[in-house]
Amino acid sequence: MKLFSIRGGVHPHDHKHLSAEQPIVAIPLPPLLHIPLQQHIGAMAKPVVRRGDLVRKGQLIARAQGAISAPVHAPTSGRIVGIGSYSAHHPSDLKVGAITLQPDGEERWVEPQEAPPDPFTLSAEQITRRVAEAGIVGMGGATFPSAIKLNLGKRFSLHTLVINGAECEPYLTCDDRLMREYSAEVVDGVRIMAHALGVERVILAIENNKPQAQQAMRAAVAAFAEMTVVGLPTRYPMGSERHLVQVVTGEETPARCLTAEIGVVVHNTATALAVHQAMRHQQPLLSRVVTLSGGAMRRPGNYRVAIGTPVTWLLEQGGGFDEARVARIISGGPMMGQVLGDLRAPVVKGCNAILALTREEVGEQAEHPCIRCARCVEACPCGLLPLEMARRARAGDLDGARTFGLGDCISCGSCAYVCPARIPLVQYFNFAKGELANRDRAKQKQLETKRLAEQRAARIERQQAEKKAMMERRKQEMAAKKAAEAAAKAAAERSEESSEESTA
Amino acid sequence: MNSSPLIASPHAHDANTVAETMGWVLLALAPATLFGIYLFGWPALLLFLVTVAAAVVAEYLSLKIAGKPPGRFLADGSALLTGVLLALTLPPWAPWWVGVVGAVIAIVIAKQVFGGVGQNLFNPAMAARVALLISFPLEMTTFVEPQPLFSAAAPTLQQSLAITFGSGGAAIDAVTSATILDHTRTELGQGVALDEIAGYDPLALAWGGVPGSLGETSALLLLLGGLLLLWRRVITWYIPVALLGTITLLATLFHLIAPESYASAPYHLLSGAVMLVAFFIATDPVTSPLSVRGQLLFGAGCGAFIWILRTWSGYPEGAAFAILLMNAFTPLIDHYIRPRIYGRDRRGVPLNESVATREER
Repeated sequence: MKLFSIRGGVHPHDHKHLSAEQPIVAIPLPPLLHIPLQQHIGAMAKPVVRRGDLVRKGQLIARAQGAISAPVHAPTSGRIVGIGSYSAHHPSDLKVGAITLQPDGEERWVEPQEAPPDPFTLSAEQITRRVAEAGIVGMGGATFPSAIKLNLGKRFSLHTLVINGAECEPYLTCDDRLMREYSAEVVDGVRIMAHALGVERVILAIENNKPQAQQAMRAAVAAFAEMTVVGLPTRYPMGSERHLVQVVTGEETPARCLTAEIGVVVHNTATALAVHQAMRHQQPLLSRVVTLSGGAMRRPGNYRVAIGTPVTWLLEQGGGFDEARVARIISGGPMMGQVLGDLRAPVVKGCNAILALTREEVGEQAEHPCIRCARCVEACPCGLLPLEMARRARAGDLDGARTFGLGDCISCGSCAYVCPARIPLVQYFNFAKGELANRDRAKQKQLETKRLAEQRAARIERQQAEKKAMMERRKQEMAAKKAAEAAAKAAAERSEESSEESTA
Repeated sequence: MNSSPLIASPHAHDANTVAETMGWVLLALAPATLFGIYLFGWPALLLFLVTVAAAVVAEYLSLKIAGKPPGRFLADGSALLTGVLLALTLPPWAPWWVGVVGAVIAIVIAKQVFGGVGQNLFNPAMAARVALLISFPLEMTTFVEPQPLFSAAAPTLQQSLAITFGSGGAAIDAVTSATILDHTRTELGQGVALDEIAGYDPLALAWGGVPGSLGETSALLLLLGGLLLLWRRVITWYIPVALLGTITLLATLFHLIAPESYASAPYHLLSGAVMLVAFFIATDPVTSPLSVRGQLLFGAGCGAFIWILRTWSGYPEGAAFAILLMNAFTPLIDHYIRPRIYGRDRRGVPLNESVATREER
């Protein structure tokens, strides 16, 4: 298949060999699972269990709220011992809403109500409803509720489903292993998604540094004419949705639009597997595969981990890391991953790796002034001028940064990766994006306040006007009454007079 | 239990640093530098050392005054590189103070006054060269015949000290010679065809055994250094190719029309500062545009100005002026020529809307 080129990108050492040959191993359950209510983009889920409840594996414990949200299920059977807040899977170490579950070790499943129907007899609505009910979110890290992306066929005319098996972040091998070990299940999930979307073509895109995964997937799709496995050149950020779509279709997604605008939807490999499990086995999303890797990790590998397992427990069970050599522990890949504020934070649906990196791997050095070498410009896959945006963000000129295209930045980190002056460009961009979001929110609030104040003023004015009108009316009525009374009196007097006259 | 300090991604980095970049440029300049010192003997070495030392000292003092840590900033090698580049553009037997004044102009006025590394509008070495040329026209245009080290005619170390630090006037006068640029300019002005001009030998110009600036004479060694930088990806091809291509185009065109008045392309490419400028000066990241199209335009502009100034201005060599002129255009170029943002057209309109407007028209 013909591939198309994209601009920019970088070639970091992939370090995949550390964990690529390690089969997926399940991690034992920890003494306590802390299951966050917010593991997705959108509104937080709302608990439907109480403290002390006994739950079964797969039972709904928090339901979705609002249009964009995802429910949460009990990863195992046990007792709910707390509903409160717990350390977030985030650099901030903020506490977020979480349900604490004490496993009973019996793994008793919730009773299925009926045998699962053949997904290919179901309509798109029925499939998306089941996927939504299973709590499936984009498992490549974006964690956008998958059901919404499966429902795009309603709004757009779609022709292609692209399965993102690029796994372009260094170190990560969880999707690689899934494609090798569960190729048939992944392909089944993909076919169900394609059926729901109503597309005629499916492309499974896998970077060329995963030849075994490519081979396994080729074998698995051999029976399906509409499916093609494509080998992608190994380059970061090949797995960026818009760039991936351009490489395989040659079409560029317009700014601020979804790829669905050009008829393409992208889903992740692990998401496809989750869809298979939901549709064929009625299993909601209860666990995921996490890569443990990095130069300081003692036993790099790929582990199936129950959602809510503390990272510390995962690290302990996975062999731990070398305290003397470790420089940074991060969640996710080295290009876009983030440090965790607290290592006791739970594994969430979007967590694909925990890396223990050494000083050499991180390559940290003191910052130097920018020499305008334009390597960041060359590396940027979005055609931006990172140095100009960073300069403005640093000076607090947020509008300036925005006019230079901050809103089109995907935070892929290619610019900061190549910068010889070691300027933390992404830091500046994230700062500026956060500030702009705050400002927009404040502006929105201000507008809303103004609108309400205006409404109130209008209401008061109207009430006063009404009052005035009423007073006026009353006055008129009084006057009319008085006049009427006077008239009546006069008439009476007249009649009296006339009667007097008549009697006279 | 905190895993690491709050640091934004990425958590991996390409191995390159600013100091390493400067190091590669210095290494790429080494062949031409060593050849120049060999060709023009001890006075050239003395002048080279004085100029480089003055640049480093000027940088150190400026950083001290600015309250920046001198150690860290000196370690990036940018001052060293400026000193070397400046020295390579000086007449090899120029007195020491030319080098010192030049270095101070380059570092203090052209660079540190603007805010130090990365902030300067003009290339420091070229700004200094132009300032020197205007201030000291005699010293800056007194070139000598090659006097290779250890050859019979070469001045001894003692004589060399006199040439560089004392009044070596007599010794210099004996061996002064016009550069091919001077010579050709005069002869072409009198209607002598290029091929007939005495001293025009493309081969000699290529390998560099001719009168000229300290490190500019050997076009081949400079080209070699330039190729090293291209191979190491320290520079990209856009500026050098556009610069050399434009000169070739203009020179060939005019030479074909009127060979007796206009020199040919090889002459322009091999003589003077063209090779040094194309690979080492015009490619200075600080003072050249950011985008590919901007760089092509910048390179073409440099090439055009070099040819125009050489052909029609009062100076035989126009490279330094051409660079400064285009440096002044760099902010303008960067303002108007930017890469196309993903998903948008060149004006910044999202692709779907831009298509819609086009259809409307």
